[in-house]
Order: sequence, then structure tokens, then C-alpha cells
Amino acid sequence: MLSVSPVCRGCSRAAQAEVARVCAKPLDAVQCFGHDLPMPHDIHDDDHAHSLLPPDPALRVKALETLLERKGLLDPAALDEIIETYAHKVGPQNGAQVVARVWTDANFRTLLMNDATEAVSQMGFYGRQGEHMVAIANTPEVHNVVVCTLCSCYPWPLLGIPPGWYKSDAYRARVVREPRKVLAEFGVILPETQKIRVWDSTAEVRYLIIPQRPAGTDGMSQAQLTQLVTRESMIGTGLAQVPQ
Amino acid sequence: MSGAPSPVFEAPWHAQAFALAVYLNERGVFDWPEWTQVFGAVLAEHGLTKELDGGDDYFLAWVGALERICSEKGVAELEALSALKTSWERAYLATPHGAPVRIATGEAG
Repeated sequence: MLSVSPVCRGCSRAAQAEVARVCAKPLDAVQCFGHDLPMPHDIHDDDHAHSLLPPDPALRVKALETLLERKGLLDPAALDEIIETYAHKVGPQNGAQVVARVWTDANFRTLLMNDATEAVSQMGFYGRQGEHMVAIANTPEVHNVVVCTLCSCYPWPLLGIPPGWYKSDAYRARVVREPRKVLAEFGVILPETQKIRVWDSTAEVRYLIIPQRPAGTDGMSQAQLTQLVTRESMIGTGLAQVPQ
Repeated sequence: MSGAPSPVFEAPWHAQAFALAVYLNERGVFDWPEWTQVFGAVLAEHGLTKELDGGDDYFLAWVGALERICSEKGVAELEALSALKTSWERAYLATPHGAPVRIATGEAG
């Protein structure tokens, strides 16, 4: 019997689950919505499993890697290092440290607001694409939100890889048009008196939002404050958490 | 941080494609503004037929942009890429499960 696993052959789930076999007939019902799948291969009657066939774009990436490697333009170890860095070392915890320090260190705050690239590099956070960091602080009068309408520019060294919604067409188009409504969908209801400003990232400039420090956090240490700073609060689609 | 961390990359090929762009930029094959122009254009083209949700479709556009910019920069020819992809597909189908999948050096290159 062939085992057919409930995973989509058109996307990552097959590769991750590692149970889908290319010779197993894919079930239309379990394909992710919107995936244009290649035609299924011939259905084998035998159960000798050959290697899992990765999804189509994975094969395209492998082809590109192979070609570049043959031309001496690619060092696979360097790719692994980049993946390791972004998968495990770089993430919103970096930005949270910056925010907590801004809340507690007036000199650092001044430096960050004047030259964020320099300030965060002092903390060991560098932009790999040579981009400039700009910090924008929320105030009771103005709430700030970041988007990239062109693609998905994002302060990687401080926040890691952007979440899916940041990269979606819906967010990229709508937050500019109707920011208050989009924020409400994130659960952020702002008073009408607080203006909303939307910042469009570019290849050269990446924004970090400094959320307002929550009330009731006066005696907290920087490390404790870091725990209150969510990724969303540094994009502007959330607020810093109020301590329990 | 609150809640369980979500995976940074949903699939291995997302990570590979992402790293390739970062690597080629650092190697000087293209600068980052050039990358965002090409990637933004591919995203817009893909978005004409359906609304992109920022998941798999996002990295699909990323791969398309990589192929396009590498072709424009003369570091990867589209015909060679297509042939290599076929080689990899054949290799996966011909390799017993569990064995390392390889293609011959020089094949379809």
C-alpha cells in the first residue's frame, strides 16, 4: 500500500514532514490553496521508495546553487553560516535589548535617535546590506508603523526575518491606506487623538519603532523590560506588554 | 517575548533562497537596491494574478528574482538552470531513499 500523507506537495510541508513520497498520489484535497502543482508523476504500484522529490522551487534553488558553485561563485559553507545566523542568532530579542536600553539609558537614547546605525552597531548589531537604521519613538501624540510597499525591507539585524503578514500583499497595501483599521485588526485600538504615521522602508533605510514604555515598570531592570518588548511593538503593529 | 517562537523559515528551500541572495549581495554580484528593485518587480508580477499571502508565494517570488538578477548579471544562464533542475529532478527519482542525491559533475551544466 502506498502511504499518502496529508501534506501539500507544492510547498514546504512535504519537505518538512518528510513523509510524502513522490510516488504517492497526491490528494487534491490537501493541497494548499493557490498552489500550482506540477502534474503528479506516474503512480507506482511497488513500494520501493526513492528519494523524496523536493518541491519545484527547491529544485530551482538547487540548480542555481549548482551552477554558481561550478563557476566558483558560491561557497556552500558560507550559505550555511548565513542560514544559521538568521535561523538561530538574529531575531526580535536583539531589537528588544535596544528598546529596553533606550527606556533606561538617556545617553543611549540620544545617540540612537541621532544615529541609530552607530548606536546599534555599538551593541554588536550590523546591517549586512549596508543599510541605515533609523529609530522612531512612539509618543502619546503619534504612533508609528513600518511597512515596505516595494517588497519586504526590514531591520534584519534587530528583528530577524519578517513574519508572513509583513510580507503579505494585504498588509503592504492596506496599512498605508487605512492604518487605523489595520492596527485594530492587530488588536491595537488607538485613541482618535493619537495620530498614526506610516514609514515606508527602502533598501537603504530600515526603521525600528521604539514603543512607549508601559506604565508600572518603574523599578524594572533592563533584562526584565526586554521581556515586554514584542516584535510587533517594534514594527508598530503592537504595543509593549504591560507587566502582569 | 511572549508565546512560542514561530519558525524563522518554514521550509529549507526558503532558507537556502534567502541565504543565496544575502551571499551574492555580499560577494558583490548585485547591490541591495538592485535586488529590491528586481524582487519588488517580481512580487508585483506574481501579485497580478492573486493576492500574495507572504508565505510560500513570497519565497517563490524570491527564487524568481534570484534567477532573473543572476541572469541579468551574467552569472547564471536560464537555459543552464533549467537543464540543471531537470538533472536534479531525475537524480531524486533515481536515487534510493536514504542515499545521498547527487548529480554528475558537468551534467547539464
